Amino acid sequence: MSGPTDWDDSLTTPLEGAVEASTAEADAGPAVGQDEWVARLGERRLHRGGALGLLERRVSAVPWWTWLTLLVAIICLLPIGFESGYVRRVAFDTVVYLLLALGLNIVVGWGGLLDLGFVAFYGTGAYAYALLSSDQYDIHLPTIVTIPLVAVIGGIVGWLVGLPSRRLTGDYLAIVTLFFFQVFLTVTNNGDDVFGESVTNGPNGILNVDEFSFFGWTLPRATSEGLFNIRYLYVALAFFVLVYVALHLVNDSRTGRAWRSLREDPLAAELMGMPVNRLKLMAFAFGASVAALTGTFATALNGSVFPQNFEFPLLITVYTMVILGGAGSQAGVVVGAVVVSVLLEALRDAGGDVRAGFYIVLLLALVGAYRGSRKLVVVLGGTIVVGVIAHVVAGAIDDAWTAGPAEDSGRIAAWASDWVIVPAHLAGWVPSATYVGLVALALALTLVRGWTRVALLVPTLYLASFVWENVMLPHPESTRYIVIGALLVAMMIARPSGLLGERRVEIV
Amino acid sequence: MAEKVLELEGVSMAFGGLKVVDRLEMDVHDGEIVSVIGPNGAGKTTLFNLVTGIYEPTEGDIRFAGESITGLDPHKITRKGIARTFQTLRLFLNMSVRENVMAAAYGHTKAGAFRSMCRTPGQRREEREIRALAEERLAFFGERLMGYRWDQPAYSLSYANRRRLEIARATATKPRLLLLDEPAAGMNPRETQEITELIGELRTDGGYTILVIEHDMHVVEGISDRVVALDHGVKIAEGSFEAVATDPRVVEAYLGTGGMARK
Repeated sequence: MSGPTDWDDSLTTPLEGAVEASTAEADAGPAVGQDEWVARLGERRLHRGGALGLLERRVSAVPWWTWLTLLVAIICLLPIGFESGYVRRVAFDTVVYLLLALGLNIVVGWGGLLDLGFVAFYGTGAYAYALLSSDQYDIHLPTIVTIPLVAVIGGIVGWLVGLPSRRLTGDYLAIVTLFFFQVFLTVTNNGDDVFGESVTNGPNGILNVDEFSFFGWTLPRATSEGLFNIRYLYVALAFFVLVYVALHLVNDSRTGRAWRSLREDPLAAELMGMPVNRLKLMAFAFGASVAALTGTFATALNGSVFPQNFEFPLLITVYTMVILGGAGSQAGVVVGAVVVSVLLEALRDAGGDVRAGFYIVLLLALVGAYRGSRKLVVVLGGTIVVGVIAHVVAGAIDDAWTAGPAEDSGRIAAWASDWVIVPAHLAGWVPSATYVGLVALALALTLVRGWTRVALLVPTLYLASFVWENVMLPHPESTRYIVIGALLVAMMIARPSGLLGERRVEIV
Repeated sequence: MAEKVLELEGVSMAFGGLKVVDRLEMDVHDGEIVSVIGPNGAGKTTLFNLVTGIYEPTEGDIRFAGESITGLDPHKITRKGIARTFQTLRLFLNMSVRENVMAAAYGHTKAGAFRSMCRTPGQRREEREIRALAEERLAFFGERLMGYRWDQPAYSLSYANRRRLEIARATATKPRLLLLDEPAAGMNPRETQEITELIGELRTDGGYTILVIEHDMHVVEGISDRVVALDHGVKIAEGSFEAVATDPRVVEAYLGTGGMARK
């Protein structure tokens, strides 16, 4: 009897229909079918209970423009706290990424179209701005004309690229757009000889592009002290707000609903009176337009444009932002863009904070996975004991084995140096062998369960620390992409819909 | 006799060498409820796909309200006034219940993306109208799809409610002819009874002309003015439920010749 009563207990708040059905028409078969019951249970699971659930509801009740204002305020105030041109430059790049992520979200998140040529539209905008405001053809249009013009050009190019691919979906569309991306790179790289005419100067790029000038008032790139001119950040930020608000309004309108319908089920959308092909082209054009618009800011600030600015890593970065943040959610992709952009910058220079951050993340992940159970104590204790023993043994054998560069930066980092073996000189085979070993151990971890996994976790964690200190920290350039990749993998396992993405459900 | 809403004239559909629908002649009159029955693979859903423009017939002509719709894009056919539901539900699962219905108003609304960005007065008025329309269409199902359910994602609905939502969504396109593909499939007896009454109300209150595919003979008997039986893409019988249900060819199509011989 325990089964059915459990069910009844869990249905503490019977929904309307259930009560009258179960009492009045008991003879007409079960009114609340199993299917209905499952649906109701799922409904309740949507909202978490307890303090966390309360927080979640409170946070989601805050209107969207509050968050937007907050973000803008933080970016605006950044230059006051940080005088260095470096921070300002990072803030500017983040805004550029924000705009790119918003643009990609239209195509991927709302339209559900896998567009791998997105960065080419950004490049198109950048080149269009460069050609319209430089000595290349001696055209110097006023900025107030160029920016909208470039956005329109981007939209038209997006429309044209979409035209042959509008009947394609999924993988096929991805291939065609990837092809367009390659065409763009080929054309810009070889654009120094188009029928004997130099259009893009090829790999040498277009130099001396005009600075922004509004109504005859020029915005110099650098201040008199040679620092980054903060006004460029504000101009880009203003456009970001404009684009965000415009897209937010479009999303909550007839067009936005149609885009999302198209993502959910193109055939059903078509049969409910939505012109699917036209809507796809529109999504393409809007995304391309935002990307092209973004290209103008980057080019104006850099003062030059090269084909190398639009390589594949950029495409992957922008996709990471959208996926990590949650495709389809504007707030999500904004968070994703900020996180990835800041993380990529932070990891560029493997200083003390970053070094310690690794251990903090490991610790948090362990606590999250074992939630204060006995296993957590065993794993942590075991790893520390193994580490101390290994360090002592290694030190006893040869001093040089533990005489690695001790960077005194923060307590955690200093403590880690006493624990992880950091030799003064690494033999050539060590980095690759330990790295491969770590990957093998991590894979093995996924195959075992329970206490075996705990036992295996101890050497894995220690090896991970070793690899972090000896292999990854000395090579920040590749490390940052590895970290982003690991983050993405972890994210896809823990929360497939991204940080702020809506939960996506398929009913089979 | 009332005006012909839908006319099929010698409509054939072949996939390669396989004729799925063969020279089908059929009419649906204004205000009628016509049921299409037939064993699996008889070409019933193909018939719906032809009428809604998913397939273009290899031969013949389809007319809606006297106007040929053969070869038109599906969304244009929908705008002319034909809406359908699907045998295998095709809702926009990750959109809210209300948004599912609102999305279907696309065809008879106008505000473009730029007007939405500026929130022009016309766009706002239209948006209010769409919202009111959606809520009215959902209210048609009584308590089932009301209140807090409006803002829930469509996937959270029960199977029966998802079927109801599909009908609500189809009616939001403001159709004249409603095509229902197995509306009672997968429903329990109580829900089947309810859907039977509902189809009647769709005609009397909604004013729709209805073409319905159904396997449940109780439903077919309960709602149909006329029944069309298909087998292997050919119309084998047409008329009142009693006439069709007792037609030897229909019995044969369902039970096979062996059953007839023993009888």
